[in-house]
Amino acid sequence: MSEVTILKMGENIIVPIQVELHDRAALKLQEDILKKIEETGSSGLIIDVSAVSVVDSFLGRLLGETAKMAGLIGAETVLVGMKKEVVITLIQLGMVIKDLHTAINIEDGMALLERLKSGKSARIGSLNGK
Amino acid sequence: MENKTEMNVGEISVMSDEDVILARQRVRLQAQETGFTLLNQTKLVTAVSELARNLVVHARGGKVSVFKTKAGDKTGLKVVFEDKGPGIPDVERAMQEGFSTIGSMGLGLKGAKRLVDEFDIKSFPGKGTTVTITKWL
Repeated sequence: MSEVTILKMGENIIVPIQVELHDRAALKLQEDILKKIEETGSSGLIIDVSAVSVVDSFLGRLLGETAKMAGLIGAETVLVGMKKEVVITLIQLGMVIKDLHTAINIEDGMALLERLKSGKSARIGSLNGK
Repeated sequence: MENKTEMNVGEISVMSDEDVILARQRVRLQAQETGFTLLNQTKLVTAVSELARNLVVHARGGKVSVFKTKAGDKTGLKVVFEDKGPGIPDVERAMQEGFSTIGSMGLGLKGAKRLVDEFDIKSFPGKGTTVTITKWL
C-alpha cells in the first residue's frame, strides 16, 4: 500500500496527497498527521489536494475534522490547491466544510499560515494585557 | 417512441474500501471515454463514491454495474448499485437526511442524487437495495 509522505518544513508540516485514498487509508493518514504534529510541535499544517480529483462526503468531512483536531494540538491548517471541479461538486453535494482555510497553492498557503499564526498570538497578547 | 439501448461496460464487486476506489476508477475511465467534461466526470465519480461506500458500510458488500446508454440522440452512463443488505425501511426519510446525521445512509443518497440527472432507488427491508443513477453527456 502506498503511503502519503508527511514533510516537515521548519515550523510547518506539509502533506501532499498524491494517491487515491480509500476510507481506511484516509483515517490512517489523519492519525499519522496528528502524530507528526505532536512529535514535532509544529504550529502549521498544509494539506495539498491539488492532485486529488475526487473529494466525497467522507474525505470532505475528514479534512475538516483533521483541521479541527490539529487546531486542538496547536497547529493552524490550510488546505491548498483544491480543483475547481472538486469545489463545485462539494457545494452541489451539499457539503459545508466550515472553518477551513484554503489557498490556491503551497506558497500562498504558507503565507496564509503565517498570518493566521500571528493573528492568534496577537489575540492572546491582548487577553494577557487586560 | 424513443430508441433506447444499453451496453454493459463493466461490473465490479464491491466488498471493501479498496473496491470503492476500483469502482470509482472504472467509472472515471468510462466517463472519459464517453466524452464527459471534467466537471461532469467529477460529479459522476463522486456520486459513485458515495453510493459504492454505502454498499460496504451498510450492506456488507454489493455489486456495481456500469452501462453505456443511449436514448434518442442522448448518450450517457448508467450505474447500478445492488446489495442484499437490510434494506431501507423509510426511503423518503433516508433521502431527506442531510450531513448532520453522521453514519446515516441519507448522507450518500441525497448528495448523489444532486450530482446526476436520473436517480432511482428500490429497497425492500430484509431483501436489499438497488440504486440506479444516470448521467447524460
